[in-house]
Amino acid sequence: MHIAEGFLPPAHAIAWSVASAPFVVQGVRSLTREVREHPESTLLLGASGAFTFVLSALKIPSVTGSCSHPTGTGLGAILFRPPIMAVLGTITLLFQALLLAHGGLTTLGANVFSLAVVGPWAGYGTYRLLKRYEVPLMVAVFCGAFVADLSTYCVTSVQLALAFPDPGTGFLGALAKFGSIFAVTQIPLAVSEGLLTVLVMRLLKQSSKGELVRLGVLSKRKQQQSATEVGTGAGA
Amino acid sequence: MSRNAKINTLLLLAVAALAVLPLALGLGDHKKEPFTGSDAQAENAVTELDPEYEPWFSPLYEPPSGEVESALFALQAAVGAGVLAYYFGLRRGRRQGEERAAARATARGEARAEAHDAQGGSGRSEAEES
Repeated sequence: MHIAEGFLPPAHAIAWSVASAPFVVQGVRSLTREVREHPESTLLLGASGAFTFVLSALKIPSVTGSCSHPTGTGLGAILFRPPIMAVLGTITLLFQALLLAHGGLTTLGANVFSLAVVGPWAGYGTYRLLKRYEVPLMVAVFCGAFVADLSTYCVTSVQLALAFPDPGTGFLGALAKFGSIFAVTQIPLAVSEGLLTVLVMRLLKQSSKGELVRLGVLSKRKQQQSATEVGTGAGA
Repeated sequence: MSRNAKINTLLLLAVAALAVLPLALGLGDHKKEPFTGSDAQAENAVTELDPEYEPWFSPLYEPPSGEVESALFALQAAVGAGVLAYYFGLRRGRRQGEERAAARATARGEARAEAHDAQGGSGRSEAEES
């Protein structure tokens, strides 16, 4: 769940907007480049945005007795790298802020920073790290999506704690408070998001193998080896 | 059911279980208002921490009722699900089309090769194929 409209003091709202802006600008650039160079990827880009749209519309009950929704940013970050996800996440947040009174325009910067910047980067980083250690693809995808989801709400908790430190215990006291509201609620939802992202990735593996190879999710080498058993393509 | 479809179904069941269990186990029973949104709880926490804080901006448009709001959320999910379904449907159709075209091409190739054998192997059909 995003920070509601007007619930960050003006100075914080402006600071987070300034922090997010360069990432969104960079994202728009990568997105236009991707569409220009690979027009065929437009469909998959749309599908990644759609995944975020679906997941962030589903408010799901959690173990804490409250509801929250997943983010769906892990998939796009793994497929197209985080900058592009900054744009797709911002579009989703704008839609919710303008039509659903969910999140807000004054808190858009802060929400973009957590959902569309930190989440995708943290998830993508986790995914790449696990892949480097040759963890099976689907395990890496699950962990990437899980981290993207959970880190988003950890950042939200930090943002609110910075703006509203506890009078007695200060920043850390407030962080514990907001963390128990956002982050703990989010843990089972992050697991759900991980499972759903794995599901979509499995469907993509069946339907769009060529594109996954081009995007570097599936390695060309492995495919050739399994197809021919001849290791001549190892250098490619 | 194929192994693939089984795994996919299990994944969906696990997600459904994660969503339903908190409700079934009554994990919200200790609260005055069970299963409210975490954003509303954060708003309450803000007012607790800083009772004087007043939100300084309100949404430009607010759905007039819970029903309208849930309709808009459903719309958002439906749009997303529609695009995803379009993508996977299109891919599946294209793949099947390609497979069919490939099957037809090999069938034609075989037929031609048979004709070629019957002719006793003139160079003409080979040139045609290339």
